[in-house]
Amino acid sequence: MDSESLHYSLDLAAGNGLTLSSEQRAALQTSLVILKRNYKFSRVLFWGKISGIKCDYFIAQGVEDDEMKNKKYLYSLNCVDWHLLPPATESMIADVALAAQGRFTGDPSHEYEHTEMRIKGEGDDATEEEVTVKVNEASRLATAVSNIDKDASVVPRGAFTKSPSGKVLTNRSFGGLDPIEAAKLRNYLHFREPVNLKKKSILEMSHLNPAIDFLDPLSEDIPKGSWSLQLERGGTMCVLRSLLWLGLTFFHIPQTPQHGYIYMGDGLMNLDLPFML
Amino acid sequence: MEVTDEALNNERLQAAARFKAFMMKNSTKTNLNLYEHLVRLLTKVMDERPENAVDVIEDMSRELKASILQEKQDTLRDSACSSAALLLAEQQKALFTRAAGDEGDREEDLVESPLPNVAELAFFFEQAGVGLGREEMHRVFLALKQLVDSQCLLRCRFWGKIFGTHSNYLVAEGEFREGEGEEEEGTEQTHEDEEREEEPREDKDETELVEAADPPPKSTYKPPPPVPKEENHTGVNKYTYFVCQEPGMPWVRLPMVSPAQITVARQIRRFFTGRLDAPVVSYPPFPGNEANFLRAQIARISAGTHVSPLGFYQFGEDEGEDDGLRDSYEENPNFEGINVNEMAESLNLWVHHVQHILTQGRCVWVNVTKKSADDVDEDAEDEEREEESDEPEPEVGPPLLTPLSEDSKINDTPPWSTMVSSNLIPQFSIAVLRSNLWPGSYAYASGRKFGNIYIGWGMKYIGEAYTPTIFPPPQNEYPSGPEITEALDPSVEEEQALKAALEEQTAALEETEDLEEDEEEDD
Repeated sequence: MDSESLHYSLDLAAGNGLTLSSEQRAALQTSLVILKRNYKFSRVLFWGKISGIKCDYFIAQGVEDDEMKNKKYLYSLNCVDWHLLPPATESMIADVALAAQGRFTGDPSHEYEHTEMRIKGEGDDATEEEVTVKVNEASRLATAVSNIDKDASVVPRGAFTKSPSGKVLTNRSFGGLDPIEAAKLRNYLHFREPVNLKKKSILEMSHLNPAIDFLDPLSEDIPKGSWSLQLERGGTMCVLRSLLWLGLTFFHIPQTPQHGYIYMGDGLMNLDLPFML
Repeated sequence: MEVTDEALNNERLQAAARFKAFMMKNSTKTNLNLYEHLVRLLTKVMDERPENAVDVIEDMSRELKASILQEKQDTLRDSACSSAALLLAEQQKALFTRAAGDEGDREEDLVESPLPNVAELAFFFEQAGVGLGREEMHRVFLALKQLVDSQCLLRCRFWGKIFGTHSNYLVAEGEFREGEGEEEEGTEQTHEDEEREEEPREDKDETELVEAADPPPKSTYKPPPPVPKEENHTGVNKYTYFVCQEPGMPWVRLPMVSPAQITVARQIRRFFTGRLDAPVVSYPPFPGNEANFLRAQIARISAGTHVSPLGFYQFGEDEGEDDGLRDSYEENPNFEGINVNEMAESLNLWVHHVQHILTQGRCVWVNVTKKSADDVDEDAEDEEREEESDEPEPEVGPPLLTPLSEDSKINDTPPWSTMVSSNLIPQFSIAVLRSNLWPGSYAYASGRKFGNIYIGWGMKYIGEAYTPTIFPPPQNEYPSGPEITEALDPSVEEEQALKAALEEQTAALEETEDLEEDEEEDD
């Protein structure tokens, strides 16, 4: 959620049980302003909190001119000193998936180690070799954050537009979803590079507005039912909770441009989801 | 020159007039015309003077067109529109009104009421970064007041919130006075029994004839004896729980929990839907619906995560029994409070004040293999067999008020994380405890005060991917034997060989018979 509107957005998303203490809120409002200047971001968003066993990580997201490209993530342990997270590369994601297990510890330099036997060579020359994969927690954090953003970052339809030059911008005239439309999952989109859109047939594409529908809707997620859409406060606020990443809460107030999402959880994917529905 | 100028002007005016006439032509579809629309639009721009007007002119134009459609007056009567928000607001309005009779005994209320101070709980938990937001907490507070007014409770507290996929549950924990609030349970039980009896009767008509001709074989399976439920006010049923979906909605009382429900709840992982009567589809099958599942999870969470500072509670002096059997405690009036920093550093200073639930699903162990007198005659054989096997070991859990430092780890994850709410102003901070076993469970302690809350999905952290219980292999349909085993048909060669062998045999027999006959003849 946008750092400018943090003070009231947090209250709107408080239904998930976790908020920030007054001290943390005050610290964020100070430090994020400085952060924005130092890194020359056009907008700074407070992304959420990943709780570790000893300490919690607070994550901020910096956005440059284009809303979608070149997003940068920063973490902090005390809401004041911010450190840049390395971008999550393919090899890093693979290493983390192999080595990192259990909860986050809260120490960014903590090293996870994983040793396994791999068969090298082919046929008769095959030899077993011991391979040790080492990752530190900072890179694990970077992977977790990028995975969560890939799977569960949500925006309402129409909040962002894609200009003909390919730039993604906030839609100035977005006035919020209609209350009836807000109860439908297909009006919420994944804010990431579209994956399923290219696979659609021309007939399906004919209904879409290329300036607005350049993202994947949530209704096409697999498994079906991995989102819990609720109208809280008697239908005046839409709350989406991801069941895949427990702790991700998105809110939108219909007929106003207010929307945002926040992640407050332990940074672990809910792998048991298929059994739990 | 003047003439030509005039003519030119005239021409221009005429062209303008022609174009104006064109613009004023009403559209055949919407009956609007461009001229008036542009006038309105430009007036709007002049009035509002938006920044970078050229960027938003299209949207303004669209809004303007839409507003024309909306302004149409309706001669119909106002329809009674009732949105969900309105219904909820009307329901919640009751929370904010004082009952008429209250004013007289205001002072008595202040002393006697079992109403917990939710505002204080919210205040401390907000420092810990936990809470539902101030307004929502206050609404919960008022809803609890409503509950306390309507039910005759000895004690009451806000237990927490459990999320569901369609709606959420707010949970309140209450304790009835001895002997109260038990009637409902009895009626429910008999109702269930009736239903159970009725069900097979319907099927009977269809299957009666078939059954009479060929009765199905009786199952030889005997279910293990059910573990008896714990009485109200004891063990896992010590407290009664009430749930509601939104503050202001009616509180629903949850049924008592049975040991079988707890045992199954430990083996399954499911999201709550938010409807109490929803079925729980799972394997092993869960005995009951979502209300029972919710109650079982609440019992497990309470047993695992309700903690208090060491010394806040103490055992009553009159009870001289073993520590393991004690199930009641009282507040220690001399408790002074423990230093926050010490509380945040040592788990020894926190104790569980809710009894541990044994593997059996009860807090106090019972021997289920002990049989009542009626059963003895029937199962005499079983009895003997069982006597041979050892008498089951009674399970013993950790006694009440055991320090948290003795809690076991799960996959190298320590069960609790401790922290201090503020590092900047440590002298006024509070000690916060977070459960890693039950994500969403928090406790705080500050001076003489402490509190517990749970806000989460009602799922335990198991440290690894969940493996569902595998179905047992299907039972054999019939006992396998030679008479029903399929055999290969013999080939022609085999048949001929058999025939030849048989012929030889008969020939041999005949020979011997002949011999015998001969012998007889000899005799």
